[in-house]
Amino acid sequence: MKIGYFPGCSLHATAREYAESLGVITGPLDVEINEIDDWACCGATSAHATNHLLGVALPARTLALAAEQGHEQILAPCAACYSRLAAARRAVDNDPATGAAVEKAIGRSVGTARPISLVRLLAELAPKVREKAKRPLEDIKVACYYGCLLVRPPELNDLDDVEAPTMMETVVKATGAKPVSWNRRLDCCGGGFSLSRTSSVVRLSRTILEDARGAGADVLVVACPMCHSNLDFRQKAIARRSEGGMDIPVIYLSQLVGLALGQDHVALGLGRHFVSTASFISRIPGPREGESAAATEVG
Amino acid sequence: MSIPESAAPATLAGEVRRKTGLNPATCYQCGKCSAGCPMAVETSLRPHDVLRMLQFDDREQLLSSESIWLCLTCETCTARCPNSCDPARIIDCLRETALNEGAAQPPRNIRAFHNAFLKQIQRSGRLFEMGLIMSYKMRSGALFADVMAAPGMLGRGKLALAPSRIQGLEEIRRIFDACTRHESDSTSTTTAQQNPGTEGAENA
Ligand code: SF4
Ligand code: SF4
Repeated sequence: MKIGYFPGCSLHATAREYAESLGVITGPLDVEINEIDDWACCGATSAHATNHLLGVALPARTLALAAEQGHEQILAPCAACYSRLAAARRAVDNDPATGAAVEKAIGRSVGTARPISLVRLLAELAPKVREKAKRPLEDIKVACYYGCLLVRPPELNDLDDVEAPTMMETVVKATGAKPVSWNRRLDCCGGGFSLSRTSSVVRLSRTILEDARGAGADVLVVACPMCHSNLDFRQKAIARRSEGGMDIPVIYLSQLVGLALGQDHVALGLGRHFVSTASFISRIPGPREGESAAATEVG
Repeated sequence: MSIPESAAPATLAGEVRRKTGLNPATCYQCGKCSAGCPMAVETSLRPHDVLRMLQFDDREQLLSSESIWLCLTCETCTARCPNSCDPARIIDCLRETALNEGAAQPPRNIRAFHNAFLKQIQRSGRLFEMGLIMSYKMRSGALFADVMAAPGMLGRGKLALAPSRIQGLEEIRRIFDACTRHESDSTSTTTAQQNPGTEGAENA
């Protein structure tokens, strides 16, 4: 399977472990990803919150480039990028006036390429994940955190349901791990207010982490760099305000899949998180017979 | 309550309707949007209040309200509204309108963040996070916030030291220009074309 790839700004920097883990799991899953040449930032919240057309035109240019470069589908692992590409796709397809304004602004024809999120892609590949798993993650309890942008607004939802999606759990089950049942998996973490209104992020992310902890999760799994940063990088600040502290590793879905596929945790970028993943990794059972042991120590 | 098309542009609700195809008059104040809003405990105007004030055409208070800048666009309100009112899209439209009219300024930090973010894109086509943090600090005055974060980020290889510039940078600048021009045109034209789907089911 060949597919266009839009890493977005985060996967080149603060979320490079997301890109690294993606890079090592696509091979075993028989997916070839091709980065779209000369892509630009999707504009994220700052564009759509201040100029609607800009919020659509920036991602529309990426859709156009993808089509020009021969892609029908574009993988957008970042939930925010996915959401902006999907918003542009929908605006161009459903609203001729906006479509015309967008094409005029970008000076290109938008074409027909469609975005797909990593959660949907991996859910579709779940049978293959199960088949290729060298090290099933039995006994690991996982809280699947969807957040906002993969499921809302409903018309941009890439998953199976708006209020009760199951696709992340499907992927987690394919790795052999156990998804826990909890309440806050669709709540907002505070999104783009990480720098500009940190207090809101701490309040919202704390509720999410406490709920995951209460449900007995060993690890929280995400598919969005913004959620990751709020729940991992901000966890120290959250722990100060939370009874009993807080110590829950937050990892990307692709990293969990990589572990099940027997990939080395360093190659998966599991040493880059702020909350240490060492104790979590040490609990993962060894590889199945016949596989060489992947290192289990982490710095 | 309904807003006649001819009178629409005169009210803020009419302007919202023209720009988004959404009709604020269809809100029946059930409050479901606000029940799920994660920012409702911090804002003086919750999403159903915003819709109510649009119905009353309380333009000044709405456009100068800090609350519209505290919306996270988490879209919970939009997902749950039984009437497809789409409060999240309406709030986006109000922010844009407030900026264009110079009627109100968002809280300094949030304004500084949006400005710094968009500046980065105009400068290199992509977000250079280190540049964003510096530029945000200059603009917001929050010079010491998160000062401890950078070494941790660097140590983990999470911050690029130099921006990566895309080839089509000129193109990106043209897109910014075109969108800014488009927005000021559509603000000044009161007879602009109505979007399709005026019942609020279709929103771009
Ligand atoms: S949920 Fe919809 S109808 Fe109910 S108050 Fe909110 S906007 Fe109005
Ligand atoms: S989109 Fe904004 S108004 Fe709506 S629920 Fe989320 S934070 Fe509240």
